[in-house]
Amino acid sequence: MTAAVPRPGSDDLAQVRVGIVTFPGSLDDGDAARAVRLAGGSPVALWHGTHDLDSVDAVILPGGFSYGDYLRAGAIASFSPIMREVIDAAKRGVPVLGICNGFQVLCESGLLPGALTRNAHLHFRNRDQRLRIAARTAWTGDFAEGVEIVVPVKNGEGRYVGTVETLDAVEAEGRVLARYVGGNPNGSARDIAGVTDPTGRIVGLMPHPEHAVEELTGPSTDGLGFFTSILVSISRAGAGTAA
Amino acid sequence: MKIDTVQAAAQTPNHEQPYAALGLASGEYHCIRDILGRRPTSAELAMYSVMWSEHCSYKSSKVHLRQFGDLPNSERLMVGIGENAGVVDIGDGYAVTFKAESHNHPSYVEPYQGAATGVGGIVRDILTMGARPIAVMDPLRFGPADAADTARVLPGVVAGVGGYGNCLGLPNIGGELAFDDCYAGNPLVNVLCVGVMRHEDIKLARAPGPGNAVIIFGSRTGPDGIGGASILASESFDDAKPTKRPSVQVGDPFTEKLLIECCLEIFAADLVVGIQDFGAAGLSCATTELASAGAGGMHVVLDEVPLRDQTMTCEEILMSESQERMCAIVEPDKVDAFLAICTKWEVLAAVIGTVNDSGRLTVEWRGEQIVDVPPRTVAHDGPVYERPLARPLDQDDLQADDPDRLARPESADELRDTLLRMMSHPNLADKSWVTEQYDSYVRGNTVLSQPEDAGVLRIDEQSHRGIALSTDGNGRYGRLDPYAGAQLAVAEAYRNVAVTGATPIAITDCLNFGSPEEPGVMWQFSQAIHGIADACRELGLPVTGGNVSFYNQTGDVAIHPTPVIGVLGVLDDVRLRLRHGFGRVPGEEIALLGETRAEFGGSQWAGIVHGHLGGLPPSVDLAAEARLATVLRRAAEQGWLTAAHDVSDGGLAATLTESVLCYGVGAEISLDGDPFVGLFSESAGRALVAGTAAGLAALEVACAEVGVPMTRLGRAGGDELAIDGVTPIPLVDLRTAWTDALPRLFGAVTPP
Repeated sequence: MTAAVPRPGSDDLAQVRVGIVTFPGSLDDGDAARAVRLAGGSPVALWHGTHDLDSVDAVILPGGFSYGDYLRAGAIASFSPIMREVIDAAKRGVPVLGICNGFQVLCESGLLPGALTRNAHLHFRNRDQRLRIAARTAWTGDFAEGVEIVVPVKNGEGRYVGTVETLDAVEAEGRVLARYVGGNPNGSARDIAGVTDPTGRIVGLMPHPEHAVEELTGPSTDGLGFFTSILVSISRAGAGTAA
Repeated sequence: MKIDTVQAAAQTPNHEQPYAALGLASGEYHCIRDILGRRPTSAELAMYSVMWSEHCSYKSSKVHLRQFGDLPNSERLMVGIGENAGVVDIGDGYAVTFKAESHNHPSYVEPYQGAATGVGGIVRDILTMGARPIAVMDPLRFGPADAADTARVLPGVVAGVGGYGNCLGLPNIGGELAFDDCYAGNPLVNVLCVGVMRHEDIKLARAPGPGNAVIIFGSRTGPDGIGGASILASESFDDAKPTKRPSVQVGDPFTEKLLIECCLEIFAADLVVGIQDFGAAGLSCATTELASAGAGGMHVVLDEVPLRDQTMTCEEILMSESQERMCAIVEPDKVDAFLAICTKWEVLAAVIGTVNDSGRLTVEWRGEQIVDVPPRTVAHDGPVYERPLARPLDQDDLQADDPDRLARPESADELRDTLLRMMSHPNLADKSWVTEQYDSYVRGNTVLSQPEDAGVLRIDEQSHRGIALSTDGNGRYGRLDPYAGAQLAVAEAYRNVAVTGATPIAITDCLNFGSPEEPGVMWQFSQAIHGIADACRELGLPVTGGNVSFYNQTGDVAIHPTPVIGVLGVLDDVRLRLRHGFGRVPGEEIALLGETRAEFGGSQWAGIVHGHLGGLPPSVDLAAEARLATVLRRAAEQGWLTAAHDVSDGGLAATLTESVLCYGVGAEISLDGDPFVGLFSESAGRALVAGTAAGLAALEVACAEVGVPMTRLGRAGGDELAIDGVTPIPLVDLRTAWTDALPRLFGAVTPP
């Protein structure tokens, strides 16, 4: 489809349509939609069982326990009908953010390197976590490089692991999206909290920026930056040219 | 195996039946025979036995619980006691339903699954009312923290509450964690769930309209939890009996999450005329309750129930407590639409019967009639007992054993050491080891959660309307005086809601007691109910529903009477809520609201330092509690305060510790009179507050008007807790004492 080239500004941001996938067992889909809305964009609900991406400009895979995470976190979701489309779109350049369970789905789909395993201490853990943003991507453009933010982290299987070669390559290519600071909540290798693909469009993050978008309910509003970043990035590139 | 049909039962009146093994008394069995005019079939016997169990029938508590129904009408109460959960009007067209339930015995037998299915059960109760469940809370009580069995039970219970609630996407916004010898072998695992809906969306458990379809949906029915209610909840544990592990149900939170979304979509499409969840007593309960509240009759074809195990007998199917199942009554022309939504959510559904007006519940199995009963006799006309009650013989001695005789700390160093010792005790220490295992953020509406005094949820993003919830109980107070103990539980939960700035509007209860067959326990129970009812009358709060858990005892030793009270409050604007930590603004002044008396009976100080339980609990002044709530609400609305915190367990010492450690900002405090009394007395009706000089000046005027004593204590700032007459405590030392206790007992969580 075609669209007029939008100018930066709230009207243009509002035209950016960000799809949020609901899998059976997704939990933070409503929170992700709220975050997109508060950032000024238009959230679009996507259903796991269809092949319809509804021409969205970007996709968020939210947190939760897709399909109960009964095989391995994110494993079953990565084979769902909608993920076929998400994977194809991602390969065409449509930005994708996987948060928590969504990060697990992206790793299981092979769109991001490494894997997420049971926390080193074996407990689910929820706390306010300091992160250092380590890479400029379509989802982190609004953050100053190296800035520290506070967002909630909550997971039982959030320990990022990879082979030494994978981890070395991710670091060498500047693909560490964010690192845990002031304590590693789950034993992730090299304090890695999130990674990006080489293009900076496909991004996975274990902590939850969508829970830090309002003073009233979050530990900060630092999480908004992920959502404003993608809206601005798409708006500049010309909304409606993606999926 | 031969099927025991209705016809066979009529023809073989002398056939001996194992009613005693199923938990029925001889008189109860004969009552069933009188009702039916013949002996019951084995399927009927199974149904009556589970439905007439203590757990399902409230046969020992009914006569006492009637007091709650006698409370004056509340304009806010939309649905009261008797339904799955009470419903309260919170304004702007919103209705809130909330209820607490116990899963004590199952959690002792199998901690993870017992606790997990406790969450699952109460969430379905809330869902059944037509509401979206929006949060859970978990008041937990265990034996001594350093006991080997606590190390078995507690981690499993916490993991179970978290594992199930987290997977449902329900924030855990608070609860309790307490340890006492009396809960060794009888842990209390209570779970509260709260849900919200629009007024017009309230659903009820009834089966009206002859011809309507009866649909079972959710999980398959399996042989788990058979007789769970009658066996587990209605008998005391006894070492001599075989292990009861097979009676505990196993939970599947993923299926429950689908069931929630599926139900809400079905409700939104207006496809049901009645709905009921399957809890204790499974199909027996759901079918008889639905039928007796509707057209009066129902025919069920048991062969249509989807089974996990094809070898199950009809009695087992009727008694199974398999989790994650619901029963809906659907008009015939809406069945297809109903089943389509189930298919969308991949929820198994089957039409198992039809509503009729025969006045009978009939059940068919393999072409034979196996049940033919008046459903009301199963669901509601069970036995009612007026159990004998007697004040325990040791009650006088207990009350005479005044804590005044106990040695008190005197020097500044002794007072400091006492404070540190108490704050490092598991009853008062930091609970993060537990609460970090719960998701408090999901759904994005959690305004306050633990360790704040109450959980606060935003209900409406535009209007900022919200609710506050707290649960409280104190078995030590209850043991000393069950009437006052119950009132103190109401007062504390009420106060915890009030210190957030909310207006308390309703209560629910979870009543944990020993064996009702012991007159001493029944006296405690009766006293506690009186206490709650009188407190509610004075505070103008309706009791919306609740739960009774008896038989919390091992051998002859009952737990302390432990009524746990949940209070719901409403906030017109959640942005104005008060929090407990000092230091959000510079230059805060600190004051205490309420009156401090030398009250140490049942206190944490007496328990932790001296292992003592005696004397009388703190005095109750409900009118003073109401005045305190009025002042706090006005202060929140006017923005006078920057912090407010309830004073209760551990006294002002615990309150100050929590307020200074919250943001790591210390305080300089001077107390009138004896610093020991000032710090460790547990007088009720008090709150610690902080605000700017102008804010506290305005509060002082309001307190004088309303009649709330206000005492200036000092100011916030620095990196010590400095109290006149007490050796100053660097916050770093206080924090270590407070945070290390639970990790030291239950395993440090590393990496940190």
